[in-house]
Amino acid sequence: MQLKKMTPRRLWILAGYAAAAAALFSAPMFVSDFRLNLLAKFLAFAIVALGLDLIWGYTGILSLGHGIFFGLGAYAMAMYLKLEAGGGKLPDFMGWSGLKELPLFWQPFGSFGFAAAAGIALPAILALVLGYFTFRNRIRGVYFTILTQALVIITTTLLIGQQAFTGGTNGVTGYSEVLGFPLGSPDTKRALYWITVAALIVIFLFCRFIVGSRFGKVLRAIRDGENRVRFIGYNPAIYQMVIFAISAGIAGMAGMLFVLHVGIISPSMLGIVPSIEMVLWVAIGGRGTLVGAALGAILMNWAKSEFSTAYPEGWTLFMGLLFVIVVVFMPKGVAGLIGQINFRKKRREPNHEGVRNPAV
Amino acid sequence: MDVYVLQLFNGLSISSILLLVALGLAITFGLMKVINMAHGELIMIGAYSTYLTQNLFKDYLPESMFDWYFVLAIPVSFGIAFVFGLILEMSLIRFLYGRPLDSLLATWGVGLVLQQVARSIFGAPNVAVKSPTWLDGGLRIVDGTLLPYKRLFIIALVIVCLAAMYVYIYRSHEGRRMRAVMQNRDMAACLGVSTRRVDSMTFAIGSGIAGIAGCALTLMGPIGPSLGTYYIVDAFMVVVLGGVGKLVGTVLGAVGIGMFNTLFEYWTNASLGKVLVFVCIVAFLQWRPMGLVAMRTRSLD
Amino acid sequence: MKESAILQCDNVTVEFDGFKAIQGMSLKLLKGELRFLIGPNGAGKTTMLDVICGKVRPSSGQVTFNGKIDITRKKEHQIAELGIGRKFQAPSIFPSMSVAENLEIAMRQNRSVFATLFASMKSEESDRLHSQLQMIGLQDKASWRAGGLSHGEKQWLEIGMMLLQEPEVLLLDEPVAGMTDKETDKTGELLHEIARQRSVVVVEHDMEFVRNFASKVTVMHEGKLLKEGSMDEVQSDDRVAEVYLGKRRDADVSRSTA
Repeated sequence: MQLKKMTPRRLWILAGYAAAAAALFSAPMFVSDFRLNLLAKFLAFAIVALGLDLIWGYTGILSLGHGIFFGLGAYAMAMYLKLEAGGGKLPDFMGWSGLKELPLFWQPFGSFGFAAAAGIALPAILALVLGYFTFRNRIRGVYFTILTQALVIITTTLLIGQQAFTGGTNGVTGYSEVLGFPLGSPDTKRALYWITVAALIVIFLFCRFIVGSRFGKVLRAIRDGENRVRFIGYNPAIYQMVIFAISAGIAGMAGMLFVLHVGIISPSMLGIVPSIEMVLWVAIGGRGTLVGAALGAILMNWAKSEFSTAYPEGWTLFMGLLFVIVVVFMPKGVAGLIGQINFRKKRREPNHEGVRNPAV
Repeated sequence: MDVYVLQLFNGLSISSILLLVALGLAITFGLMKVINMAHGELIMIGAYSTYLTQNLFKDYLPESMFDWYFVLAIPVSFGIAFVFGLILEMSLIRFLYGRPLDSLLATWGVGLVLQQVARSIFGAPNVAVKSPTWLDGGLRIVDGTLLPYKRLFIIALVIVCLAAMYVYIYRSHEGRRMRAVMQNRDMAACLGVSTRRVDSMTFAIGSGIAGIAGCALTLMGPIGPSLGTYYIVDAFMVVVLGGVGKLVGTVLGAVGIGMFNTLFEYWTNASLGKVLVFVCIVAFLQWRPMGLVAMRTRSLD
Repeated sequence: MKESAILQCDNVTVEFDGFKAIQGMSLKLLKGELRFLIGPNGAGKTTMLDVICGKVRPSSGQVTFNGKIDITRKKEHQIAELGIGRKFQAPSIFPSMSVAENLEIAMRQNRSVFATLFASMKSEESDRLHSQLQMIGLQDKASWRAGGLSHGEKQWLEIGMMLLQEPEVLLLDEPVAGMTDKETDKTGELLHEIARQRSVVVVEHDMEFVRNFASKVTVMHEGKLLKEGSMDEVQSDDRVAEVYLGKRRDADVSRSTA
């Protein structure tokens, strides 16, 4: 029964995935460098959306703090890039703030390997710590959500306040190269794009694995009834902590890719508004479906880049209304709508059988 | 010595502002379990109502009357925010009862829209509201420390609001119905209480109090479309820390956060102070996960 | 004799904000025993089950499992792991998951994060799952969303989940409440089957249902033990009659005045 049969439906879905992957990999041949860079950024956001969907869509925990995890990854990479660009000199903003030498915690970020590892590990550890102190005491639902939002506020104030160490409001920018490759060159950009596509696919498969495993089933059970799970003998707190940390690590990874594409990270990119925007991507695409979450992120950001420069006011209004509409009328997002249409079509047949069977 | 008095006063002053902002939430979140992220925008609406009242006085009434605009501005702010709250409840919130996380997202969207509308009407830059002259200056105490009248006024305003709310919730007929509905909706409905009406009224009153908070905030400095967002998260923390469902908890939560905030910022600096307060709140919740004042029930969730 | 007691509650007291829901209640359950817990509303029956499964911490008293482990200080999931299963009054299954998935996660297994992440369905597990589906009569609905089942089916599914959990002690809270007569009969059969293999405590209101089983009955009243014995002994007891009849008289009075 667990053996998945190759039904025509499954084949179609697999073909769809293959086509999407092929399209993504071959995109550099069709679109301009500028567009490619934008697309790369959207794909990085899609990675965040996947991670967010794991905890919100599948486990039922709403985090409004993913901007911070994304930002931690981004800052980790930015610190490496900044040191690389400085070539042994002190980053410019430290000089302006009167710092004479590199702070201790900056020093290991001179190594790419350390920065890359920290970009995933730091958010995961932060999430694990916050999770430990909340889930263990059954602080959940809106309480947890509010705490994550408070985390965003204090982290951004900290980043802005500690200007000498973090670059303050301006953030960290002014990079030149990564591992010796110039960041400005089209070749590097194309390579980075492919790396991002590969990362997206790997993360997607990883999330599929988690969701399909028995672990994933326990997560959904926690979403349906946390207390009930407890009486079966699982400790929901551990599960919540682990998935929250995984989700944060994924966001951190996306943040690293984001910095490589965009070339700047500042507190305004990881504050309250960006954090809640990430939730909107997942909500629109469809929480509880991985494809939906990723597509939601790409579509929303594409729409934003198309419209927000031309009509910034209209965009804010549109986004606000979208929140209301999605939550009230399509709680399962676009993916849910499509699923509903499919479901209605299919419903007829089993219903007939359902009536026939009991009579036998 | 005077440093401590001043810090204590600052702490009280911050607590009073937090409490004023959180009082409305204590009703909508504490009693109704609705996460209203547009609460900040209701505060903003209250502030702009005060701004409009001021402009009307300036334009149409003799200058000698100007100082008294503020007395009228308080009920006006309450009224306008009340109406907005009523509309919000009837058109949106009522579909979202029992879905706290969804109500959070939807109301955040509403907040965005309201902010944008305010930006279109009043412009993005902050506007200044001139405080009445009778609130200028301050109370001089023994060793030359000055306690500004504006801050004293806000403290007094909070006390009045608190008293009014207490009387309304615990002593009036409507308040009794309200508590009945919040505690056992089905039973109250069976006893002939119109739960729809009570829901709308409760939410609108919470919103109206946000309006008063906005009015008070005009005393503290210029106001802008995103005024509310600065306060909203802190205010939610007050309710979480204080515990849900009891006014006492909210008061204690506000005083706790306000005092510790002032203390830590005095010891360290503004950004580190905030971190320390957050750490303290999380640490406190380890000890009492349901907040300072919690109601115990036997239900499974 | 003491060795064969699988569960022993001594002098358990529970307070809710000053109100004593249980006052010095003791209960001894033997290995393989089927015990009914009855009593009027508010007698503390459900609270007693809550204490045993760890949902409520008693303010004093002890609950000993298997003769040596004091479980009053343990967390719910630890108690469940030890082998005490609990079925709540309202059916609590996982509505968005399929019937088979519900059973799959309830099955006795290593419940650590790591183990579940890499767990795959073994053929032995799959067989167990199928025979369980058969037993609760849901074999045709294995892939249904559990939320779409009828009330009675949900109750059976939950009982099935409990059984796959393979607890040594099973606590059932009003398993036939809200069921049709036919469903009640089927549940009775299930219960007979279950009681053959493990110790069971059932909280029940339905006297007719209880009479179907020749087993010991414990009557609780106002948080205390009132009477323990066979159904016949209990029914002929004056105090029990008073508690129940007195209750009924009150109910009649209140009905006539309403």
